[in-house]
Amino acid sequence: MASLSGYLILSAFLFCLGLAAVLIRRNAILILAGIELMLNAANLNFIAFWRFGPRPESLDGLLFVLFSIAIAAAEAAVGLALVIAVYRHHRTVDPGKIHELKG
Amino acid sequence: MSAAFVFIALITLAGAGGAVFFRQIVHCVLCLAVAFVGVSMLYLQLDAQFLGFAQILIYVGAVTILILFAILLTRNSGPNLSESPFSTGRGIGLLISGAVFACFVWAVRQSSMLPQAAAEPDVSVQKIGERLMTEYVLPLEVIALLLTVAMIGAVTIAMKEAPEANPANKSTDKPSSSS
Repeated sequence: MASLSGYLILSAFLFCLGLAAVLIRRNAILILAGIELMLNAANLNFIAFWRFGPRPESLDGLLFVLFSIAIAAAEAAVGLALVIAVYRHHRTVDPGKIHELKG
Repeated sequence: MSAAFVFIALITLAGAGGAVFFRQIVHCVLCLAVAFVGVSMLYLQLDAQFLGFAQILIYVGAVTILILFAILLTRNSGPNLSESPFSTGRGIGLLISGAVFACFVWAVRQSSMLPQAAAEPDVSVQKIGERLMTEYVLPLEVIALLLTVAMIGAVTIAMKEAPEANPANKSTDKPSSSS
């Protein structure tokens, strides 16, 4: 097992790759994928701090990540449904081409 | 730093990098699945076995497949192959994420006295279930409610509108009914 800083730097890299996906991709679905990557990086941080923390037998960090994964699943389902609804109105999933709120 | 950690970290970062930088959307999503598997292996390495398998079930099994379905439903849209799949401000975006990464690494390097790993905790599924059913029972119920609402909401949002309710969109609705 590596040190805590190794896990922290790895999750920082993962977070920044997700951020890059959100900032540079032109497909709304891949922007959602980038958000999932960032959530995974945050969860990895939680688990690393839980494991290296003073009382890992309390399982608090682990349960927090369990709830976080459930919320991420709900977010992905609603987000993709929104992308499909937007696609039906505008015939595109490029966020740069969606200018108006009224369908 | 053990060899296993370096190996898993390389797999995870390669998957995530492929998900960000590949041109084909489907390739991106398959690389995303690799990155999720890598994160679940990191969970296993950190003694969170239940979470590792939950990650594989939920992310690789459900979220990736959901994203693939969304791609199939919104096919022949978005930037076609002659157009770049990246936005015009890609340089600035990469610069911002690089700056954020440098900031994180600086913060991690600055912090002294990072704790060492304690003895391996007992994380049997029985203990997790006991905690979930006693101390965390209220959050568990709230999560159940949230998932139900999210499921109903997702179906309502993505459901096809009734043609008579919105006749102006009838012509645009037609191609999607064939897909």
